[in-house]
Amino acid sequence: MIEVKHIYKSYEESFVLNDVSVRFDQGKCNLIIGRSGSGKTVLLKSIVGLIEVDEGEIWYDTLNFCHMGISARQEIRKEMGMLFQGAALFDSLSVEENVMFPLNMLTSQSRGEKLDRVNFCLERVKVAGSNALYPSELSGGMKKRVAIARAIALNPRYLFCDEPNSGLDPETGIVIDNLIRELTEEFNMTTIVNSHDMNSVLEIGDNVVFIYKGCKCWEGTRQEILHTDNEALNNFVFATNMARQIKQK
Amino acid sequence: MHLLTQIGTYFLLMKRSFSRPEKYSVLYLQTMREIEKVGINSFPIVVIVSLFVGAVITIQTNFNIENPLFPRYIVGVTVRDSLLLEFSSTMVALILAGKVGSSIASELGMMRVTEQIDALEVMGINSASYLILPKIIAAVLFFPILCLLSIIIGLVGGYLSCIWANVIPPSEYIYGIQYAFYPYYISYALTKMAFYALIITTVSSYFGYYVQGGAVEVGKSSTRAVVQSSVLILLANLILTRTILQ
Repeated sequence: MIEVKHIYKSYEESFVLNDVSVRFDQGKCNLIIGRSGSGKTVLLKSIVGLIEVDEGEIWYDTLNFCHMGISARQEIRKEMGMLFQGAALFDSLSVEENVMFPLNMLTSQSRGEKLDRVNFCLERVKVAGSNALYPSELSGGMKKRVAIARAIALNPRYLFCDEPNSGLDPETGIVIDNLIRELTEEFNMTTIVNSHDMNSVLEIGDNVVFIYKGCKCWEGTRQEILHTDNEALNNFVFATNMARQIKQK
Repeated sequence: MHLLTQIGTYFLLMKRSFSRPEKYSVLYLQTMREIEKVGINSFPIVVIVSLFVGAVITIQTNFNIENPLFPRYIVGVTVRDSLLLEFSSTMVALILAGKVGSSIASELGMMRVTEQIDALEVMGINSASYLILPKIIAAVLFFPILCLLSIIIGLVGGYLSCIWANVIPPSEYIYGIQYAFYPYYISYALTKMAFYALIITTVSSYFGYYVQGGAVEVGKSSTRAVVQSSVLILLANLILTRTILQ
């Protein structure tokens, strides 16, 4: 479980996050949605500690992340996996080396054990056999899958995904979404997905948090999102005229 | 104020870079890779520049001291001391600041803008130590070797110009480069080069590591890294010369 309590973040006197409090439960796909520039990426990066918040608390189960020193944070980060918007695979390493990277750095397993784990992860994300390829030789969807394989290599307790569908066609996007949901359930992880893709929301949103102008504006399930009275959320979800007409009917 | 902030950030980055690595075996492997990238791959440029500069110094020195009162072997002495005292350390360092410095700043800058550095941090890995420390070790160990190579190749260049351009008899040149030789000059050159290696790698890493934005900013940071490294090399040259050659 991850809990964010009253966090604030501002840049040059302009609030990007304004008193945001949310609880993300274990074993669920928690989605943060919102328009571009609403503060959802800042919220996600604050949770993993890539951005320092001005005020507030971030709890990983019973540990207050904001009050931790660098080494304590490094320890908890060893239990995190993150899928970045652009996949963030290491260009100079092959697929196998990318997935093996956290195992090489943070475990003392033998080469054979690490290779078994790499092959398991690659098979799990359905890119088995691509070990020798380099990131430049992969399609957008494959890059995301390899990045997921790297993120789960250490069996993390927390999985963070920043715009997992960006740059992908809707069909491939749904495949990635389903993969995230399956892995969340299989490994009982606390998963937080940052997205503005409505397909993702309707497919995997067990718990959906809507961020509007830096504030938490709405929270609910994917079923509730279709029947809400919240105007800002309705404008976001039913952005097109056609969608609005369908909702009115 | 901005300068003070930059200096403070630079030293904080260095503190993180020199902290205990995650695994010494990984540090060793990374250092070997960096020795190839920043050291061995710089051989060709060092050889070419040193060869031609050695030849040119020989011709120019002979042209300037063409006087029956001066013995001809003075040309050899001048070439040797020019290479040892200044060219093979400071001038080669300025060339390496352009080649290696821009490469380091661009590499780290691209890693920053494509979130690869963030990925390392989220994994719980000290990205500064993992990425920067091997570069510093590789350069501090290998740049003095490049300096030695430059001295040797520069002297060979001078010798070849004696043969092909008939500057002075080769035997006079060989006598000159051995005449009144102070071995201390070699340690002076190598010490300076080790300091320059530290400057080039740390300054370039700093500019690459803290890039914000996209491809344009990566290019700008690469240019800034080369300019700042070059200025600091010249400043360090003055301080080290005053300190070591007292």
